[in-house]
Amino acid sequence: MSHDHDHDNELDPFAARVRALETILTQKGLIDPAAIDVIVDTYETKIGPRNGAKVVAKAWVDPDFATWLKRDATAAIGSLGYTGRQGEHMQAVFNAADTHNLVVCTLCSCYPWSVLGLPPVWYKAPPYRSRAVIDPRGVLEEFGLTLPATTKIRVWDSTAELRYLVVPMRPKGTEDWSEERLADLVTRDAMIGTGLARVPA
Amino acid sequence: MNGPQDLGGQMGFGSVAPEKDEPYFHAAWERRALGVTLCAGAMGAWNIDESRHARESLHPADYYSSSYYQIWIKALETLLKRHGFVSERDLAAGKAVDPATTPKRVLKAENVPDVLAKGGPCDRPVATPARFGPGDLVRTKNFHPTGHTRLPRYARGKQGVVEAVRDGFVFPDDNAHGQGENPQWVYTVVFDGAEIWGEGADPTLTISIDAWESYLEPA
Repeated sequence: MSHDHDHDNELDPFAARVRALETILTQKGLIDPAAIDVIVDTYETKIGPRNGAKVVAKAWVDPDFATWLKRDATAAIGSLGYTGRQGEHMQAVFNAADTHNLVVCTLCSCYPWSVLGLPPVWYKAPPYRSRAVIDPRGVLEEFGLTLPATTKIRVWDSTAELRYLVVPMRPKGTEDWSEERLADLVTRDAMIGTGLARVPA
Repeated sequence: MNGPQDLGGQMGFGSVAPEKDEPYFHAAWERRALGVTLCAGAMGAWNIDESRHARESLHPADYYSSSYYQIWIKALETLLKRHGFVSERDLAAGKAVDPATTPKRVLKAENVPDVLAKGGPCDRPVATPARFGPGDLVRTKNFHPTGHTRLPRYARGKQGVVEAVRDGFVFPDDNAHGQGENPQWVYTVVFDGAEIWGEGADPTLTISIDAWESYLEPA
């Protein structure tokens, strides 16, 4: 576990509430606590934004893959082995010189788990969910991203079961870079739309 | 329902406050909350739409003062009670007191990788052809159902353009309430910022939602 200090003590009433629920369900044979361990390990160590970064880097270097990703993102992403829960129906949206894409779920916290892992707290919290649709530029400023006034902004509200992956623009000066090296430039925020791909130093 | 979850365009929540190098979990109990929620869902007694509706049915004051994992757990208690797996007496005692309904299945550790890799696709065949096509002008309905819906308030009664016809998908407004999957075509519909927000809207802004067919009428 990467988080080494333990908040789960007797003084925290919510920790006690979750522990009680797990105890009740385990005693009744309704859940297998070892299954919880596997789920947590999967999302803490195996599935994360590194998956999405590989998808984006491949789309940057392989035009056929980019076309496939645009047409059938679920299949194209699945070909790299990234499938499953909260990634069953994928849609990739491509930034362009004049258009920036931003993804939100105003109604809950829909997020493409199979390529980005578990969502950050801010993605699930009211400030982002309320403002991304009405004041996207203000939101982006809070991420340190100021877009030109002429850039068109397209906000995708994930109201159904499609999950969106933003494909950011490939940074200049990376023409001869390998896919692996390119993937290091692709941040989680760039694939939500609250950032851009990193510029090589 | 016009509940606390329907946040698009609401004001007063402050800044987004992204956290640098944010950990996946901020407390050990959040790990268990994620796992318990997924394991309980895997019993197969309810679907994702019913669980979303349980979350948005929290009292607004409770919803807004809870973290997302707290919202999950509070809604999970409701679902477990509703479906006969857990009683108030169990929760008060902090241990199993009353007998439980028999679940359809119990998720075992060895099956977790397969279950997560499979997910829960909710595309379904629709018998009728899609009513709308790309480029069609549509207007979203203005309705205020007391049950579950995925048409946000900010996008009701608005004119937009169909950008894409997606697949047939389970209709959440029915599925959340045990009324069947009743799949419908889903469309990506794009609105101009000014159509949604009117005066002062960002002129460079367009917003899309994914809308089930019955949310739309020809414009």
